[in-house]
Amino acid sequence: MLRLPAFEFQPARSVDEAVTLLGEHGDDALPVAGGTDLYANMKLGLFAPRVVVGLRSITALRSIRFDPQHGLRIGALCSLDAIVREPAVAEHYPALAQAAAMVGTPEIRNMGTIGGNLCLETRCNYFNQSAEWRKAMGYCLKRDGNLCRVALHSDTCKAINASDTAPVMHAYDARLSLVGPRGERTVNIREFYQNDGAHANVKRADEILTEIALPLPARGTRSSYRKLRLRKAFDFPLLGVAVAVATDAGGSCTQARIVLNAVGSAPLEVEAAGAILLGTHLGEEIAADAAEEVFKAGKPLENANASLLYRKRMLRVIAQRTLEDVIAPLR
Amino acid sequence: MGKNGASHSGSHVVGAPLPRIDGYAKVTGAAIFADDMALPRMLFGKLLRSPHAHARILSIDYARALRIPGVVAIAIGSDLPIRYGILPSAQDETVFAIDKVRYVGEPVAGIVAEDELTAQTAAALVDIRYEVLPSVMSIDAALLDVDGNGEKIHPDSRRDNNVHKEVHLTFGDLDAGFADATRIFDDEYFFEGNTHAALEEHSAVASCGADGKLTLWSSTQTPHYLHRVASAVLELPASRIRIIAPPVGGGFGGKTEPVAHELAAAYFSRKTGRPVKFTLSREEVFYTHRGRHPVRIHLRTGIRADGSISACRVQTWLDGGAYGSYGVATTYYTGALLPVTYKMGAYAFDGCRVYTNKPPCGPKRGHGTTQPRYAFESQLDEIAKELGLDAGAYRAAIAIDPYSRTVNHLRVTSCGLREALSAVSERTGFSDKHGKLAPGRGIGLAASAYLCGAGLPIYWNPMPHSGAIVKVDRGGGVTIFCGTSDCGQGSQNMLAVIVAEALGVDVLDVSVCSGDTDLTPVDLGSYSSRVTFMAGNAARSAALDVRERIAVVAGAELGIAPERCAFENGRVFDRKNPDRALSFIDAARATEARFGTLAGVGSYTPPADLHGDFKGSGVGPSPAYSYSACVAEVEVDFETGEVRVERIVLAHDCGRALNPRIVEGQIEGSAYMGMGEALMEESAFRNDLHRIPNLLDYKTPTILDTPRIDAIVIETKELEGPYGAKEAGEGPLNPVIPAIANAVADAIGRRIYATPITPERVLQALDGTAGPLRLRAPIAMKTT
Repeated sequence: MLRLPAFEFQPARSVDEAVTLLGEHGDDALPVAGGTDLYANMKLGLFAPRVVVGLRSITALRSIRFDPQHGLRIGALCSLDAIVREPAVAEHYPALAQAAAMVGTPEIRNMGTIGGNLCLETRCNYFNQSAEWRKAMGYCLKRDGNLCRVALHSDTCKAINASDTAPVMHAYDARLSLVGPRGERTVNIREFYQNDGAHANVKRADEILTEIALPLPARGTRSSYRKLRLRKAFDFPLLGVAVAVATDAGGSCTQARIVLNAVGSAPLEVEAAGAILLGTHLGEEIAADAAEEVFKAGKPLENANASLLYRKRMLRVIAQRTLEDVIAPLR
Repeated sequence: MGKNGASHSGSHVVGAPLPRIDGYAKVTGAAIFADDMALPRMLFGKLLRSPHAHARILSIDYARALRIPGVVAIAIGSDLPIRYGILPSAQDETVFAIDKVRYVGEPVAGIVAEDELTAQTAAALVDIRYEVLPSVMSIDAALLDVDGNGEKIHPDSRRDNNVHKEVHLTFGDLDAGFADATRIFDDEYFFEGNTHAALEEHSAVASCGADGKLTLWSSTQTPHYLHRVASAVLELPASRIRIIAPPVGGGFGGKTEPVAHELAAAYFSRKTGRPVKFTLSREEVFYTHRGRHPVRIHLRTGIRADGSISACRVQTWLDGGAYGSYGVATTYYTGALLPVTYKMGAYAFDGCRVYTNKPPCGPKRGHGTTQPRYAFESQLDEIAKELGLDAGAYRAAIAIDPYSRTVNHLRVTSCGLREALSAVSERTGFSDKHGKLAPGRGIGLAASAYLCGAGLPIYWNPMPHSGAIVKVDRGGGVTIFCGTSDCGQGSQNMLAVIVAEALGVDVLDVSVCSGDTDLTPVDLGSYSSRVTFMAGNAARSAALDVRERIAVVAGAELGIAPERCAFENGRVFDRKNPDRALSFIDAARATEARFGTLAGVGSYTPPADLHGDFKGSGVGPSPAYSYSACVAEVEVDFETGEVRVERIVLAHDCGRALNPRIVEGQIEGSAYMGMGEALMEESAFRNDLHRIPNLLDYKTPTILDTPRIDAIVIETKELEGPYGAKEAGEGPLNPVIPAIANAVADAIGRRIYATPITPERVLQALDGTAGPLRLRAPIAMKTT
């Protein structure tokens, strides 16, 4: 049986305590919330922190507050299941509820947190393997090696951002609060992720993600999330598409964001696709044009459980369908 | 059942949908599986496995690992040099590799330590030097002559290539048969390999007593074979070894042969004098494997004008992985059972199993019959279509008859194939839908047959295949002792039902002691769907042995002939005057007073006339065959290629259903497992490694992917089965895969010639970029 390596568990009761502990132990420490990602990775020998700082007892980070003026503030420790069940999410941010409901299994959604999902370690067929497997295959750029096994000439790791909620948060223009020893800073989600699988976000080792703020969507906003997967649960996305569009009283599109995940190390907003929709009366044809831009923009690699050719081809299909989700109610 | 015996005929336990006796313990987590065990001073073991698919071992230095505090012992190949294998003809494995490794994940050394983590850490410090050899990773590569371009996987094998076994059998005049045909269908199919994915990872605990006697608890389906192999490998008389099979958390064939960790646990316990536990990780289970062989299948079938099969030739190439395992039997099974379902004028079978540098393949539910069945039922669908016949009616027309012989000389007894075919057709309205649904929707049908136990044992011997002892306590409790291993299929419950029926007592008054070589008579194990039939017959005969004695005593007390005694509802009474009765307890006590300790023995040996007299005739014969038919309805997304199975209707002729609830469970489980094999499961390799040795990436369906399943129990009366029973554990799986394949073909108007039917394959078929597989020249088999 695979065992967790030995580590010291230090529960933090407050954000300050968590930050202090992380600061004290530097690179030797990692924070854990639900543990559905970190502990599995530790069993595989991917991480071996000497100290694990437990965040679960910071009850202050478990609230969801909706304010009709400013929007939604979600504590990073809210479970994915709590988000699925929150009426304000279902009403104003339905794509977030869809995405959270598609993560893993009921057990994982009960334990897994929204903060953890946004900070999900990037994934790759060559990375999420045991120490013995990786030794047999040869190590990779993300861990213990100096070669990306997916793109042999690449300087950067190509592991996939497989968070279901990240592209949705991007489409909703989320702002993330990070707290570290030097206090709090807020970053827009588009600055949070970086397209480098080995350094997938800008959160520093001594910072924790505390809150996600979603502005109130513009009147007439519609949104949806779809993911491609090989079975109906317990599956990371092979491809995900989040769409949020707003229309004015005349039905003309005033805002459009189309964001992909699982095709790179960061969520990818296809601005060209959004631009096509702006100012139009959303219809099937225009959706097809936008889906074509998505098809062109997404560049999956051979590092997930379906071939890159299939994932590439599905970009257009899933994008079209997600766009239709938001267009159909308009007609 | 009438009070005071208003009705005394018929059974009160057999046929009742009672909850299973071990159900509560299993759903509440109270059942003690092998890994739940903890003994004082127990050590934990770890196997160090090869990182290379094919390499020579140059040196092993474990001095550094041995110095790690907490490490107690380390062993390598030379410490346990005796070769073993489940079949007498394939004694080709050692506990730890000697000289060579043949697949990534092959055990090379074992380490035991005070805790698992220490063993794991120390394993990384064992220094092994290898000389890497070219690897052989496909059937095609294995068929090539080696000629100095590398080294054979087994240098001592007979041929110049990596062929392990070839078999050639012909029945009837094949040429005349094909000459008689008005149409000949020639197709090639590929069935991808997959694995059992039992929930419980293999686990073994060994404890060597101060008296030198070794006890080994192991999650095994075959405690008897483990007993034999442990004795040989450890060079310890079998009388000093006790094998115990605790409840097994699913096997499906994956726990039917002795493997390294069990023998390593035994070895280290003897060496250290302390209990030792080895529990495999999921990844290690993928390496231990013994799963479904990938098989290339070439089918040539001649059809007469009336649709009957004049001749059929099946050729199979099996990718066996690195060792023999059950492979010789698997090879025969790819040819043996096709004629059990349909009449054929002449039949020929050529099978060829090759070695490759992958984890060894072996038996998985349906053992070797699943792959050709998929191909044959797919081809039959095309034949029916060409002939303009209904797929169900066509199969019924060519179906084998009850109480007949197949073209390959197998004896068929009871046969509910036609009943099963019409049940699934009628339940689904198949004939009204097939070929007539909207594009993207499809319905498919298939049928199959399976064994009720192999007619011959794995190692030749004239002894029974199963034995049982039934003992009656003075308090009325009845205990059955039988060497079976319950791998979740319900064999404990089956034994209790049969004995309760025979003695007329409550099932809950029956205890089952199974799978313990010190306490129980031999049963060969939970494989080839043999347990209900064979252990059931043995237990029944042991119970009747007891019953006869009680009848003598009770008859005397009641003043009637023993034959007039009836046993029911805890009473022994006069069949003709039910008010004249003794309680079972009183009758049992009186019998013990008269004859001494009250216990009976029984055993079962299959009849000898099941098969023909030719080399290879030992694989395929069974005392009876089960029959199944399946209809699947699917919806295919033309844009994504995704297949959604909407409904599976699966009818299974199990003889008499001893417990219909368990039979339905087996049918539902088969539908589920077959669907996974049809649509998503595959043993995939990249750069010599299993690409996805974990249950997140190796896809099996979730409950959300599982459709409505209608389980239909077809009952026939099997004269040789216990209370008329046959089997339900494996047979129902086989028709599910071709039924889904046929439904997909119906939905998209094109046939996909390989499994699994992934979205990518569906799109390729729709695009026209993947058509029929290239027909190869009849295999260049070298008959020896």
